[in-house]
Amino acid sequence: MEPINQMKLEFLSVPENEGFARVAVSAFAVQLNPTLDVLADIKTAVSEAVTNAIVHGYGEKKGLVTVRAALMPTGVLEIAVHDDGCGIKDIQQAMQPFFTTQPEKERSGMGFSVMQTFMDGVGVESVPGGGTTVRMRKRLRAEE
Amino acid sequence: MEFERKKGTLIAYVTGELDHCSAASVRRELDQMISDPGIRRLVLDVSEMTFMDSSGIGVILGRYRAMAQRGGRVAVRGMNPHVEKIFLLSGMNQVIETI
Repeated sequence: MEPINQMKLEFLSVPENEGFARVAVSAFAVQLNPTLDVLADIKTAVSEAVTNAIVHGYGEKKGLVTVRAALMPTGVLEIAVHDDGCGIKDIQQAMQPFFTTQPEKERSGMGFSVMQTFMDGVGVESVPGGGTTVRMRKRLRAEE
Repeated sequence: MEFERKKGTLIAYVTGELDHCSAASVRRELDQMISDPGIRRLVLDVSEMTFMDSSGIGVILGRYRAMAQRGGRVAVRGMNPHVEKIFLLSGMNQVIETI
């Protein structure tokens, strides 16, 4: 199915870009007139995925984070957040609520739980040493 | 961040966005203020906070642990529905008072 609109953002893995990414995706989604609650959900989920890419994917290193978004004719927003960082060894474990590899930094381990709660679907593809892609989708309006 | 002191209670007005990018400075400011042993209760006023993700959970729970270790308490007041959704998801409502 061809999207009715799509976008791609690429930025350096610095924390200042977390806000930039969530606002950009939210602004892109506005064209389908979602509710403010739906926009807040999208902003939060994008923030979590991009933060994971920066904090866990790249860690102390710097790399590029790519965010793609597509508006589908079905009224669904599809988002993919990709990094070329260290990858995830155990995806199931990483998605468990409160699981974190950085408790000393007060990471809550709730990032994936927030994404799963706020979006209609979340999938993770990752290869240790080969980067991670988080795919999410959210219905913005009822199917026509 | 602005603060208001009422005897043993410290009210911290957390404004703007609380995410991974801002968490370190918010954490640093709060820890500096609650290092005063005379503070027995920390109230986080989030009524002017426009965004929070799970990094905010870490900040709030971290301050809760610090205060609890010395017999103090933490409360959160003024949550908008979005912040409340994250608050409930994390289970913080079971240990932290809401006003």
